[in-house]
Amino acid sequence: MTDQSPLTIKDFTSDQEVRWCPGCGDYAILKCMQRTLPEMGATLENTVFVSGIGCSSRFPYYMNTYGFHTIHGRAPAVATGLKLANPDLDVWLITGDGDGLSIGGNHTLHALRRNVDLNILLFNNKIYGLTKGQYSPTSEVGIKTPSTPMGSVDPSLNPINFALGCGAKFVARTVDTAQKHMPGVFKAAHQYKGAAFVEILQNCIVYNDDAWSDITDKKTAQDKQLLLEHGEKMIFGKEGNKGIVFDMDSFSLKVVTIGENNITQEDVLTHDESHIGIARLLAELGAGDGEPVAMGVLYQESVDLSYERAVHAQIDHARQKKKRSIKDIVLGGQTWHVK
Amino acid sequence: MTTDVQILESAVVRFAGDSGDGMQLTGSQFTNSTALSGSDLATFPDFPAEIRAPVGTTFGVSAFQINFGAKSIKTIGDEPDVLVAMNPAALKVSLDNLRRGGLLVVDAGSFTKRNLQKAGYETNPLEDGCLEDYQLITLDASKQTVESVKEFGLGNKDALRSKNMYMLGLMLWMFDRSRAPVTDWLEKKFAKKPEIAAANIAALNAGHAYGETAELSTSIKRYHIGAVKQEPGLYKTVTGSEALSWGLAAGGELSGLDIVLGSYPITPASPVLHTLSSLKDLGILTFQAEDEIAAVCAALGAAFGGALGVTSSSGPGIALKGEALGLAISTELPLVVVNVQRGGPSTGLPTKTEQSDLYQAIYGRNGDAPLPVLATRSPADCFETAIEACRIALKYMTPVILLSDGFIANAAEPWKLPDMEALEPFEVAFASAPEDGEFNPYQRDDLSLARNWAKPGTPGCMHRIGGIEKSYDTGHISYDPANHQKMTDVRAAKVAGIAREIPPLEPSTGSAGARIGVVGWGSTFGPIEEAVKIARSEGVDVSHVHFRHLNPMPSNTDALLKSFDHVLIPEMNTGQLKTVIRDRFFIDAQPLNKVSGQPFKITEVLNAIRDLASEKA
Ligand SMILES: Cc1ncc(C[n+]2csc(CCOP(=O)(O)OP(=O)(O)O)c2C)c(N)n1
Ligand code: SF4
Repeated sequence: MTDQSPLTIKDFTSDQEVRWCPGCGDYAILKCMQRTLPEMGATLENTVFVSGIGCSSRFPYYMNTYGFHTIHGRAPAVATGLKLANPDLDVWLITGDGDGLSIGGNHTLHALRRNVDLNILLFNNKIYGLTKGQYSPTSEVGIKTPSTPMGSVDPSLNPINFALGCGAKFVARTVDTAQKHMPGVFKAAHQYKGAAFVEILQNCIVYNDDAWSDITDKKTAQDKQLLLEHGEKMIFGKEGNKGIVFDMDSFSLKVVTIGENNITQEDVLTHDESHIGIARLLAELGAGDGEPVAMGVLYQESVDLSYERAVHAQIDHARQKKKRSIKDIVLGGQTWHVK
Repeated sequence: MTTDVQILESAVVRFAGDSGDGMQLTGSQFTNSTALSGSDLATFPDFPAEIRAPVGTTFGVSAFQINFGAKSIKTIGDEPDVLVAMNPAALKVSLDNLRRGGLLVVDAGSFTKRNLQKAGYETNPLEDGCLEDYQLITLDASKQTVESVKEFGLGNKDALRSKNMYMLGLMLWMFDRSRAPVTDWLEKKFAKKPEIAAANIAALNAGHAYGETAELSTSIKRYHIGAVKQEPGLYKTVTGSEALSWGLAAGGELSGLDIVLGSYPITPASPVLHTLSSLKDLGILTFQAEDEIAAVCAALGAAFGGALGVTSSSGPGIALKGEALGLAISTELPLVVVNVQRGGPSTGLPTKTEQSDLYQAIYGRNGDAPLPVLATRSPADCFETAIEACRIALKYMTPVILLSDGFIANAAEPWKLPDMEALEPFEVAFASAPEDGEFNPYQRDDLSLARNWAKPGTPGCMHRIGGIEKSYDTGHISYDPANHQKMTDVRAAKVAGIAREIPPLEPSTGSAGARIGVVGWGSTFGPIEEAVKIARSEGVDVSHVHFRHLNPMPSNTDALLKSFDHVLIPEMNTGQLKTVIRDRFFIDAQPLNKVSGQPFKITEVLNAIRDLASEKA
């Protein structure tokens, strides 16, 4: 069945009817994935999508690869077992803010902490879509939903900060509407040998429409998004004259205007992906007035071995030292003969 | 000098002391020497739930019981003939069980005012005459141990640590067992600390010598318990946890698959995780997950990837795994789920034994979610039952629950080692790309009804599975009502069909058509078997039938159980198998229940048989 012609978006598209609400941000992410996988040199047979439960977790059915739609919140554990069984597979984990941070928070934590070689895509629409619009751990305080008629009083969680706190060594952010930006993030995550955590800001047109429009609206996007590039100055804004500096007084990141108050390009921070301290501050950026949201790879730290490779290395080592069979074990030890 | 040696057929010895006294070690070393001299045996370690209970308290008592004999031994023995009590608390907790007239060996050195108080004694039982019904041997083992290890320059505290070896030496003398296996073991264990090994051996020898002194031999006797007539072969003692783990490992080897065990520590299931973790050179991969849900999910993910997924836990952990088991049933992936049962409900009695997770195993999931359930009956039986669980899981593409319990897990017995060459492989054939293009993961084998298993990484077999209902015809998502009915039916039929391959149920003692059939499952095998044998010798027409396969049951179950006039079901729960049997076969099975955390005594089962026999006469 395989000819030598390179795979295309069509090859990665399954024959299943996509069942998301028209206008859902998930479509854009799906298309982008189907388009980018061939560019990464992915094969159909070695690619696996594992998901939990939620609208976003329907994703595997629409990919013409291997796929496992599991149970609510547990996809990281299933994917970990799959990687242990076969470290050579290219495993993508699809989860939502409810799936990966509420019920599955513990499993997300441990997949990140262990550095299992997974590409974890968390679709953050700040709401529960599939169960019809209840608030999620990333929802804003005060949000009115069927389960919070008087407004939510739960403080909300920052997924990037969560991931960094778990010890994630690759953390990135992108947004469903960014068809140009997303592929780069996917490729970087794919290249990373370990747990790559990607938050994708995703619009739920039905239950939380415009939750990200402040950031994605064409008119304001350039002022609201800080596109990070390793080794490049953190400069943004419609006029290209806004920058991020480190403010020693508040020990935090601050937005400045180049050309004002003697600020020059030189004063603006250069993005260094390996700087965990700055990454933590970048994660928070966007909360304050006039601050942009950091997009792209916020942090990445190279490691020698991903978790599953380390586990297999121990097995290989044990086998080199001595290799028994179950027969040796059963018949070994202190035994006696009855004649 | 030789003393009169009395020949006995069997004896039950119980070692009891503080958790820090090394009673489990003492017991297992006594077991080892006994096994090597050819007696049959059964052991029961009985330890407290607290890791380090305050010294000298009754809830810190740790005990080890061994029943050994020149005849076939199937239980740990109803009542000890000999009780070794290292302190007042141990005496207080264990005395009730000692046979009237039995022998009581006590370390008088530990019967201090403070220890008596801690154990709740107002007067000293060694002096107030309350032990009149027993043969009492008091000796100051503490003091004599310290004396015997003096030359090694240990501090008092370190010296006292060998007190258990002193008592062990005395018991080895009393029962005419060899010291050599113990000294060998000590030398190996303390190879890097030869002075500790030497001190322990000195204490062991001192205890033995104490037995040989003239004064003592007038007050106590020596006993000899010979070798049992056993089938010829190679033997060793195993615990249930070991044999079960090795059975799983054998399942991996026989199927040609890698094993991935996902587990989370829980008493009394942890030893399975520990044992398998030490077998890395066999290619066994063990994963200590963040919780039981992750453990089963990882095993299932590995199964999706083409490995033999295994997960092990106890009742509370199995409860957490429930949702993932449903997914395993829906996706029809092979998985072995070990439940080493403990006392419940909830946290219950973690270190005590019970068999009350049968409902959980058979029914405990949402939706119509049938899966095969097996139960092992004894430590040695674990090996074969674990292999059987692997075989069924792989052949039928289904999760299988394998029930053990705290008693089986920790108990040891001699095991006639199987002919490893004769074990039948059950190699797995993975699906490969279909010629006509479209791969259907839910295409089934006509007979077993097992679905196609294709490993990710296989060209041409790309497919998606999940917990949402699938079309019988294509494997794609389907909400069609008739299809759901059909899939529900086929999942049930697949599990029910396993019965075709299960050997017919046969009485282990007696025969079909007896007046009373005593029906059991799991670790009650020993007490039931012995009770039935005694009842038969008294003329009662009674048989014993024991289940290994609880779901589905062997095809002849209905006919066999209905051949008895009365069915009695002893269980360490409130009647779970009884309910299942009544439901499936409309049989008025009578329950005999015990939920005390302790195994059945033979007499308890025997009395129930006698009652039933006379009542229905
Ligand atoms: C054990 C369990 N609990 C609850 C549910 C119901 N449930 C399904 S999806 C979901 C929330 C999903 O939210 P999110 O992850 O944000 O995904 P979205 O639908 O927004 O993509 C819940 C609560 C379930 N399927 N399983
Ligand atoms: S409910 Fe929201 S997240 Fe779900 S499919 Fe519809 S738009 Fe998308």
